[in-house]
Amino acid sequence: MKIIKPAQAGTLESNDIYVQVLPHPQNKIEISLKSIVEKQFGKQILSLATETLKSLDITACLLILEDKGALDYTIKARIESAVKRSLC
Amino acid sequence: MLRRSFLFIPGNNPTMLLSSNILGADCLILDLEDAVAINQKDSARILVKEALQTLDFSDTEVFVRINPVTSMFWQEDCLAIIPCKPSGIVIPKATQDAVETIENFIKDIENQEEIHCQTPFILIAESAYGVETIVEVLRSSQRIVAVLFGAEDFTADMAIARTSEGFEIQYARSKIAVACKAFSVLAIDTPYVDIENFAGFNQDILRGKALGYKGKACINPRQIEAVHQQFAPTQVEIDEAIAILEEKERAFKEGIGVFSYRGKMIDQPIITRAETVLNLARKLRLIP
Repeated sequence: MKIIKPAQAGTLESNDIYVQVLPHPQNKIEISLKSIVEKQFGKQILSLATETLKSLDITACLLILEDKGALDYTIKARIESAVKRSLC
Repeated sequence: MLRRSFLFIPGNNPTMLLSSNILGADCLILDLEDAVAINQKDSARILVKEALQTLDFSDTEVFVRINPVTSMFWQEDCLAIIPCKPSGIVIPKATQDAVETIENFIKDIENQEEIHCQTPFILIAESAYGVETIVEVLRSSQRIVAVLFGAEDFTADMAIARTSEGFEIQYARSKIAVACKAFSVLAIDTPYVDIENFAGFNQDILRGKALGYKGKACINPRQIEAVHQQFAPTQVEIDEAIAILEEKERAFKEGIGVFSYRGKMIDQPIITRAETVLNLARKLRLIP
């Protein structure tokens, strides 16, 4: 599935992550990450985001993540929320 | 299993969900209803689902308050939450119809997910109709393990003022406690919303305890300790219970059916109460 409608989920509060999903002009998956723990966990967050999109059958989207120290369960949940909002 | 304190945790708050298991409550109620803005219901539901699947709540029981059947959210709540096997779900604005509707819906989910144990229910009695029909509601499902009396919504429904002393809720509060005892389910007392008034909170716990409530809802972690202290038997109560049961043993050995303790006739209800006090004291490790 391709994301064709922009949507957001999450907040910029501590331990949360603000997620935006947008249509990608080249019909591919691209992830942009800003995180307060990027040096320590950047790769892990990107990997988790990729896996989460895959589990939701998303094949094309621009995913913008602004992380405030969210744990994995929060990252997964916020991405799922944004994607479902986009698809509904 | 101790069920004295029931702490509400807003379902859309990752920080509070993360720390919820170290706050000391016996039970948590992850809230998808009043604590969640109407445009964040979907997000909270998914976050709570992920939290249930991921976080280690250790020995703390975790219940989830779903949205009421009068809303458009409760079915999605059940579909997301029931497969995660929470300790139970909390049903707001409970009526017989609501309980039966939810039970029928959940049965299908449990069958599809091959969940073999029935998800328990905690009901919230918080309307005049819900309070007045509580007996019928309690008869409507074998899954009900507790009823929480919700005084804020109840007084709103009655269009009466809510006071710290709680005279206006005396009838409803008593009725729920008695009905719970009659059906052998736990009675959970209403939250106390003035979170800075600890003296008032302690008095409120004692008022509920005097009516038969065995647990209390908490809306702030700072309320938990007071609930645990007030629901624990005092040393005087423990000493008296031990003495009564020792007298009972002595009377039994001597073949005496009825005996007295400190000038009072002791009969079976007093013995049962003494045994209850000691059972709770053992659970709390106040005695060996």
